[in-house]
Amino acid sequence: MDVKAIREQFPILNQEVNGHPLVYLDSSATSQKPLSVIEAVNDYYRHDNSNVHRGVHTLGSRATELYEGAREKVRRFINADSTAEVIFNRGTTTGINTVAESFGLQNLTIGDEIVITPMEHHSNIIPWQQVAKKTGATLKYMPLQSDGTVTLEDARDTITANTKVVAIAHVSNVLGTINPVKEIAKIAHENGAVILVDGAQGAPHMKIDVKDLDCDFYAFSGHKMCGPTGIGVLYGKKEYLNAMDPVEFGGEMIDFVNLYDSTWKELPWKFEGGTPIIAGAIGLGAAIDFLNEVGMDNILNHEKVLADYAMKNLRTIDDLTIYGPENRAALVTFNLADVHPHDTSTVLDSFGIAVRAGHHCAQPLMRWLDVTATARASFYLYNTTEDIDHLVDGLLKTKEYFGDVI
Amino acid sequence: MSYNLDTLYRQVIMDHYKNPRNKGVLDGEVLTVDMNNPTCGDRIQLQLQVEDDIVKDVKFDGEGCSISMSSASMMTQAIKGKKLKEALKMSDTFSHMMMGEDIDMEELDLEDLGALQGVAKFPARIKCATLAWKAMEKGFHEE
Repeated sequence: MDVKAIREQFPILNQEVNGHPLVYLDSSATSQKPLSVIEAVNDYYRHDNSNVHRGVHTLGSRATELYEGAREKVRRFINADSTAEVIFNRGTTTGINTVAESFGLQNLTIGDEIVITPMEHHSNIIPWQQVAKKTGATLKYMPLQSDGTVTLEDARDTITANTKVVAIAHVSNVLGTINPVKEIAKIAHENGAVILVDGAQGAPHMKIDVKDLDCDFYAFSGHKMCGPTGIGVLYGKKEYLNAMDPVEFGGEMIDFVNLYDSTWKELPWKFEGGTPIIAGAIGLGAAIDFLNEVGMDNILNHEKVLADYAMKNLRTIDDLTIYGPENRAALVTFNLADVHPHDTSTVLDSFGIAVRAGHHCAQPLMRWLDVTATARASFYLYNTTEDIDHLVDGLLKTKEYFGDVI
Repeated sequence: MSYNLDTLYRQVIMDHYKNPRNKGVLDGEVLTVDMNNPTCGDRIQLQLQVEDDIVKDVKFDGEGCSISMSSASMMTQAIKGKKLKEALKMSDTFSHMMMGEDIDMEELDLEDLGALQGVAKFPARIKCATLAWKAMEKGFHEE
């Protein structure tokens, strides 16, 4: 993989921040966009912009072709059986909320259980809290090992015949834990439950095969995988999506509208009320082309090298606490002694290094780690081992700067 | 170290961070306000003992970055002994300072607070600096 050539596709990386070359280590929050994605969105607005699925005119047909073409690209990217199973939406949060509001409220009742883990992002916790409150179902947490992993044994103990939904992150956005979702899906199914995988940190970084994982729902966001913001995907098995009620009603999603009742379009449009995110979907399609050209396996291997390099070199810094397991995705969450992560992040920023600081939308996990906040460096296909060297240098300078606080 | 950083982390700030004034808990009948910054997890508990419209005593507790904790420390020093109206006026002046506006430093009545002026140049950190002040305002409005 030619990282130098890849970096040239990302114009944003070629700039100075606070007098230093930008070192962007916040791709888990949002990834940067390659030229091909920026141009696809630009081209669409310059030449093809029109509403989809309704105009008889030429631009309407072009926009529809591009939009539905992007859906087909997503289908192949995740190996779904049919484009009927690929719903475009605003992002992972929307996808999980759709399943919770529709499948959850329709199917759960008192005595039923929803099983999640303490490492979930808020967007895979709060929708289930709401379902539990509204239906009387019980929200249960699978325990975590001390290194922030789940075991299949614990999964088997927590998931019971009363469990109706298992919702779990493919990859933790804080710990970098890669969860054994395929095995957990099997356990869920043995107990008659469905499984939703929060793929926000999975889909950008590894080859996703929803059939191989045998997950019932897989939600992810375009902007974390080189696509534009505001576009996301919910994959769902047809048998479930067909039985689920839409959650947004209005234009685009209807079949017949009568005075007192209406019927819905078929999948996937049933879940796409209103004018869809056309430019976003086209941009995501371009992002998928870009990722495919680089190769998802190459990206995963490159990130593995970065993760190992980061762990090895960050460990040389005294007083640096690293959270999460040894075997991890390409992100490292840490705290530098008693320096607050906000301060760490500000000092790193003064050297042009962008890391995230805060609770990473995972307050329950912060409490489990017994910290109020952490700093996180996350890597993607355009990052290099030199970026990590800069991070290590920056942290050593942070230590020096806050020396008497430590 | 770059010039930028030193405009933020002035020595006075680090001093208040390392040796916070009025940190702890008050006994007796006091007004307690809890406030957090949901974007970063910083949290503060502010306790105010108000008599005859005057801040007789004030203490804070909490967890946060150097900016939020030093600002809390300075704020408690600045408002102790002040009338509620004066304290609120000070808070208003402080927000103007955070927006990078020119203000009359004398209105803040505590020289140390001037050290936080540099925060205005770091937009991401302004909320850290105003956390304790917002807590104080919330407390007085409840009162």
